[in-house]
Amino acid sequence: MAVNTTSASHTPRAATRQAGAPPQLRAIRVHQQRIIKTVILTVTSLFLGIPPLSMLIFTLRHPLSGRWSLDPWKAIFTADGSALGADLSTLWSGLGISLGLCMATVVIMLLLLVPVMVIAHIRSKRLERIIEWVATLPLTIPAIVLVVGLGPIYRWLSTDVLSSNPIWLCFAYAILVMPYAFRALTVGLNSIDVLTLCETARSLGASWARVFFRVLLPNLWQSMLSASFISISVVLGEYTVASLLGRMNLQVALYQLGQSNSQISTAMSLLALLFGVLLLVSIDLISGAMRRSKENNQPCL
Amino acid sequence: MPLTQHHVVPSETPMQNNTASVSKQSVTQAAQAVLAESAERGGGVQMFGIDKIYAGSTTKALDNFNLEIKPGEMVVLLGGSGCGKSTALRSLAGLEDIQHGRILVGGQDMTSVPANKRGMAMVFQAYSLFPHMSALENVEFGLEIRGIGRAERKRVAMEKLELVGLSDQAGKYTQQMSGGQQQRVALARALAINPRVLLLDEPLSALDAKVRVQLRDEIRRIQLEAGTTTVFVTHDQEEALAVADRIGVMHHGRIEQIADPTTLYRRPTTEYVATFIGLSNKIPGSSNGTEAEVFGHRVPLLDGSASGAAVNVLVRPENIILRAQASDTPGARAHVMMIHFLGSLVRVDTIVDHSGIPVTVQMPASELPTGLRNGSVVTLEPLPIPALAA
Ligand SMILES: Nc1ncnc2c1ncn2[C@@H]1O[C@H](COP(=O)(O)OP(=O)(O)O)[C@@H](O)[C@H]1O
Ligand SMILES: [Mg+2]
Repeated sequence: MAVNTTSASHTPRAATRQAGAPPQLRAIRVHQQRIIKTVILTVTSLFLGIPPLSMLIFTLRHPLSGRWSLDPWKAIFTADGSALGADLSTLWSGLGISLGLCMATVVIMLLLLVPVMVIAHIRSKRLERIIEWVATLPLTIPAIVLVVGLGPIYRWLSTDVLSSNPIWLCFAYAILVMPYAFRALTVGLNSIDVLTLCETARSLGASWARVFFRVLLPNLWQSMLSASFISISVVLGEYTVASLLGRMNLQVALYQLGQSNSQISTAMSLLALLFGVLLLVSIDLISGAMRRSKENNQPCL
Repeated sequence: MPLTQHHVVPSETPMQNNTASVSKQSVTQAAQAVLAESAERGGGVQMFGIDKIYAGSTTKALDNFNLEIKPGEMVVLLGGSGCGKSTALRSLAGLEDIQHGRILVGGQDMTSVPANKRGMAMVFQAYSLFPHMSALENVEFGLEIRGIGRAERKRVAMEKLELVGLSDQAGKYTQQMSGGQQQRVALARALAINPRVLLLDEPLSALDAKVRVQLRDEIRRIQLEAGTTTVFVTHDQEEALAVADRIGVMHHGRIEQIADPTTLYRRPTTEYVATFIGLSNKIPGSSNGTEAEVFGHRVPLLDGSASGAAVNVLVRPENIILRAQASDTPGARAHVMMIHFLGSLVRVDTIVDHSGIPVTVQMPASELPTGLRNGSVVTLEPLPIPALAA
């Protein structure tokens, strides 16, 4: 996607720059550029494509016997791994936990970030910068270091306050997804004049609650959706924190399953990856569709 | 040169031309016609001793700001950028906390009433339409808050859209409308709730010149029809003069002078007002407080004039007579620097000999001495029309 947009915006500029050159020369340059673009595109696709492709082949071809079969996929979709001598129950519980974690994390993230960011956006530019800095911190701190700090907290949480249920990982995950969610929400906030809209609504008689639900949320839902989708894909792929804190989730289950049946585990990883990609693509599709629906309504002046 | 403004309305013997006096008259009639209704709604505004200091700032954005507005009146707050116009308006709307002072609307204390309970409506410069709502839904917004039923809401909203000439654009969204149309919708939305006070913060500043003039006149027409008490903030004096019942000239967080346009032009009370509204020549002279001597002539002075041996007398360009060289009467000898033809008027820039003071003279084109050109020697005489000494 990114490659497409850059090349599209590149072509007209390149064309105008070379408008003065003789036609043959221009043709050669255009040709050269096409080659460069193709090379870049190919290398990138190979770089991104080979690992999943290898994974796919690995799931289809038994590493020892070299026999091709769909058995690992059948095992996943029939939920029965006995044919391959694997116990899939851990996988299902890991998947269930991860899905639960996705939901809990998204809810916490939205409840935490949306009001705070809106208020900071309205109230003070300085506060907004501080929040940005804080929200970006998790990116700069390695997960292992994070766990060192989270360990004692979770020991205390699990013994005294809550339980050792892995769902409580949602608090740690809310921190992990913050940098990504923050970016997505910032885009939404910057696309409208939040302050003017709030003040207009206030002066027309709206309570703060109404301002929030009737004016701000309808204009922010798209970026909230992006923030949620990104959060979900982060949570689905999270291994380090869960594993080091000794909690079960999808990735931990996949790892464990990989010890006994690496083919099924790899197939499941592929599915998780595919799901993540679908989420990210759908963000793009949704915003594209919104843009198009607006453009279609252009006034015919 | 004190002559900063160059497209000034009052130059043609200000406010006396026919159109101005006609509209002045209809203003008064209309204002009286709606007075009763407005008084009922409690439309008068009083702001007393307002101080506002923004957090993190040391200067007062409003410094003992006072303003009284009669029901149904349109007051324009006029002043340069940063003088506190928006702050005054936002304080009235309840969008800013004030440190000191009181705000009354219709005799009712509003000082600590939150913005959404003040029954006012604000129109901003731009970007104030709710992007997820159509024009019609935008106009319905305030009515919806007031719990008005769907059908009635739609009826009122359509009526207001019609008032601003946009009934055929009801289904359009922000990004499908021009800037002028968006401001019309914003105006309709504000009018729909029948506000006690309509607040307009530079509503035309983002529009191009033609639309600006058109919408400005329309705002005035609609305001007169509805009799809505209105505060209109602008930095454009032409705009102010065109729509105002009274203009408050703001400077350093307070109103320097508030008066109808004619008074403001003819009887400014401060140097700032005299130079901000229209053109004024700053001519050194001596004053005893009631009379000044300028170029050897006596000029009566306005209230509030300074006295002393060395004051500046602020004389309007049309209050100076320019004679071609041959003249025995007292006056200042000057050289013509530049002649500007402004249609029916001529403006002549001169430099007084010896002192080097720049003086601009304005006269009907028919009275321009024949043969006058750049470098001509002329005599300048002030007319005995009251001026301000500062
Ligand atoms: N939110 C704010 N924080 C700090 N200072 C402000 C703020 N808004 C306005 N000011 C200051 O208050 C003064 C008056 O501003 P404003 O009322 O917006 O002026 P105007 O509308 O006449 O251009 C200016 O000096 C401006 O810098
Ligand atoms: Mg302003």
